[in-house]
Amino acid sequence: MSQADQENVHPVTPVYLGRYLLSHLREYGLLFALIAIMLFFQVMTDGTLLKSVNITNLFLQNSYIIIMALGMLIVIVAGHIDLSVGSVMGFIGAFSAVLIVQWELPVALAIPLCLALGALIGAAQGYWVAYWQIPSFIVTLAGMLIFRGASLWLLEGQSVGPFPKEFQALSTGFIPDFMSPGFRDGLLALFEVRRINAGALVVGVASALVVVWLNLRKRQQNVRYGIEEEPTGFFVARNMIVAGALLFVVFKLATFRGLPNVLVTMAVLTVIYAFITERTTIGRRIYAVGGNEKAAKLSGIKTERLTFLAFTNMGMLAALAGLIFAARLNTATPKAGFAVELDVIAAVFIGGASMAGGVGQIIGAVVGAFIMGVMNNGMSIMGIGIDYQQIIKGLVLLAAVVFDVYNKRKRG
Amino acid sequence: MTALLKMQGITKAFPGVKALDNVSLTVNTGEIHALVGENGAGKSTLMKVLSGIYPAGSYIGDIVYDGQPAKLAGIADSEKLGIIIIHQELALVPLLSIAENLFIGNEIAKAGVINWPEVYQRTEVLLKKVGLDEKPATSLGKIGVGKQQLVEIAKALAKDVRLLILDEPTAALQENDSQNLLQLLLELKLHGITSILISHKLNEIRQVADRITVLRDGATVSTLDCHAEHISEDQIVKDMVGRDLSQRYPDHQRQPTDVLMKVKNWNVWHPELSDRQVIREVSFTVRRGEVVGIAGLMGSGRTELAMSLFGKSYGRKISGDIAIGGKAVQCDSVDQAIAAGMAYCTEDRKEMGLILDETIVNNITLANLAAVAHKGVLNNAEEQKVAERFRRAMNIRTPNVFQRVLNLSGGNQQKVVLSKWLFADPQVLILDEPTRGIDVGAKFEIYAIMNELAREGRGVVMISSEMPELLGMCDRIYVMCEGQFVGELDAAEASQERIMSMIVKE
Ligand SMILES: Nc1ncnc2c1ncn2[C@@H]1O[C@H](COP(=O)(O)OP(=O)(O)OP(=O)(O)O)[C@@H](O)[C@H]1O
Ligand SMILES: [Mg+2]
Repeated sequence: MSQADQENVHPVTPVYLGRYLLSHLREYGLLFALIAIMLFFQVMTDGTLLKSVNITNLFLQNSYIIIMALGMLIVIVAGHIDLSVGSVMGFIGAFSAVLIVQWELPVALAIPLCLALGALIGAAQGYWVAYWQIPSFIVTLAGMLIFRGASLWLLEGQSVGPFPKEFQALSTGFIPDFMSPGFRDGLLALFEVRRINAGALVVGVASALVVVWLNLRKRQQNVRYGIEEEPTGFFVARNMIVAGALLFVVFKLATFRGLPNVLVTMAVLTVIYAFITERTTIGRRIYAVGGNEKAAKLSGIKTERLTFLAFTNMGMLAALAGLIFAARLNTATPKAGFAVELDVIAAVFIGGASMAGGVGQIIGAVVGAFIMGVMNNGMSIMGIGIDYQQIIKGLVLLAAVVFDVYNKRKRG
Repeated sequence: MTALLKMQGITKAFPGVKALDNVSLTVNTGEIHALVGENGAGKSTLMKVLSGIYPAGSYIGDIVYDGQPAKLAGIADSEKLGIIIIHQELALVPLLSIAENLFIGNEIAKAGVINWPEVYQRTEVLLKKVGLDEKPATSLGKIGVGKQQLVEIAKALAKDVRLLILDEPTAALQENDSQNLLQLLLELKLHGITSILISHKLNEIRQVADRITVLRDGATVSTLDCHAEHISEDQIVKDMVGRDLSQRYPDHQRQPTDVLMKVKNWNVWHPELSDRQVIREVSFTVRRGEVVGIAGLMGSGRTELAMSLFGKSYGRKISGDIAIGGKAVQCDSVDQAIAAGMAYCTEDRKEMGLILDETIVNNITLANLAAVAHKGVLNNAEEQKVAERFRRAMNIRTPNVFQRVLNLSGGNQQKVVLSKWLFADPQVLILDEPTRGIDVGAKFEIYAIMNELAREGRGVVMISSEMPELLGMCDRIYVMCEGQFVGELDAAEASQERIMSMIVKE
């Protein structure tokens, strides 16, 4: 068979490049889609989208969706779905208001209590799904109703606030500049800007370097295994775009108020969950359960426990999202989290996860969430009504999934 | 003889693999044409090209059918021409009745309303044609695989088939069911139906084929005419593997020592039907360095026995004792069973053995992730090394170990399942139909691996419906019938007749 020669040498012809791009449309597609959407709104909003203030806002507005998308990706990869996250998020927000505003509990105590309650709620739902084999769609649909009602009951239909400063910092705080003033002054002169958070810039440059380094390492590994297909030019271009975008965003943030606390929380969580899903045994097992539960079970994997854990984790992340959301609004309202589950689920599917389970990546879910976020933000700035916004988001979701299925067919 | 079908210069490539390289195939009207070749030779792919599953344009080459060039854009096109394919995996709906299955997608209806009397009437005619004595309303899940296979053929007949393609139809069948099916093919031939038969069972091929085309590594090696000359199995094998393979079973000199696994009074009840006992008072032993066979008919409870032993993966109200290495072991879940040193290699690789969407690497390490991880963090380099090792040892045909298992040929998938369990390093390995769908060369390799395992002092239990293979490989054979062990034979005294007579006596 002419396998061996096909394997190692890739003649770099336009035909080959074209074919490569076609067969990896999905991975590039997501990145391109995000960039295209950003450019589109940048133009349509007369440059408002990429202003420092707005970029900061983008993160503040979408962090809770991204955080929940991390948990939702795992639930979906495991072959399930969680419709209750919006309600749970709202309920925990309400619960935190009761604890902090009404009972005046210290914030440092209230936060862990809320996270624990979230995990407990997730566990309670996961219990039915995992050990009773009740479809997650039904269990979490029930949960969605229950916790929507519970928030109303807890808040007695009222908004409760405001929160103390240190709680608000969860969402609206920024990381203070930790670099020396001398260094900062140097940067101010260099970039000719009025203010700059030097620490933020340093963190940004460092993380861009780390991302490039990780990609490089991955590529080297693939080359060693003889499975690297990406042409060098593509690799360089992709990394330049990613690193460039990262630097651009960080520069914008640094010249405003620095890195928002939520951004850091979100980034750290993303890294942790990407690591768990890609590099740990538990991650591998979750993919196995979603891919073929029977085979996973017969391989000695405790499928029930994994499902249970996936929901518990989702509950905890929904609680965290609830806290962040309440902190940003500075009040808990009974309407908080309404229909948010749809945005979260949409983000995960736009990011390439499969409804059947076993397929999907953390980074895809995050990019999917950003795509949703940028669309929400851009359309709001443009003054597009909520009616059209919904329609457009629905179409984008459908397009992404159709694109997936089409790609899969072509490959098969 | 006129040619019904001419496939010329067919080339089909997948990323990294040239599955077919300039293959030609000519099938004459009214003949049974056998297609043989090693796992991954390209047989299924060629048939998928022929039936339009890989549409015109996705491959290079020409198909001439009935003297006309055929450009098939999909299954619908090929079915219009009377080309019907029955896949390696059956495509039936277990919850529907036989009649419903027969006319799926081809319903007898007016304006969307199904004409049930006619459906039942035609079903009866078709069932008679294929010699299946079942009621049209019986739900498909209730009849055995052999009968389901006949339903598939009846379904093809319902569509006015002219060229019937059968991809390993007898792989999952019992001897007599296979014979039925082959007889049916001969009968259909009398009615002018041409067939293409893919099989790894060469004796069957010799029995019915008029001509044989041999594929190797995606290319046509030879076409043998069974009427012109006497074709021996060895000759076919030689063309398939490209060398002489005089022996079917590797030499073994086994010296079983002390008892390794002992099962006593094992009872299992059906998971749903609470009044049905599936396994009754089964006791047996496996010694170190021994290969033990379990013979029995389809449905005799062999798989159920194995799965219930393996961490109670099947059944309810399970009672009995398992001891491994002289110690009683608790086997309430699969991970406990694995920890106790057991492994069970399933007969149903797609449903229960593999994660089809995952890579070869991920499948091989799945049952023993701890061995390639440190504190729960996977060592990818180590994983890849392990997978490479098995790819070489088992001769898994793939461009690299990062291929998705979905893309492997049936036989190579089987080797991945086996690799997975070998990597789990068990003391007792239960193999359920380990050579199903595997070519002769690879069978030999698998037998050699079983010998190797025995030589290392492990115990091997082989469940198989192919009696020659049990007789050729086992030191002892237990005979199972209706959930009970009805006899035990030493290799020296065992024969096909004795096993059958034990089964029949019950
Ligand atoms: N969709 C696919 N993508 C990539 N490779 C494929 C795909 N389908 C088949 N192949 C490869 O093509 C080759 C031929 O496969 P095919 O299924 O035709 O073999 P086969 O002769 O039917 O083998 P078996 O006897 O094991 O069923 C194999 O190497 C297989 O891995
Ligand atoms: Mg095949």
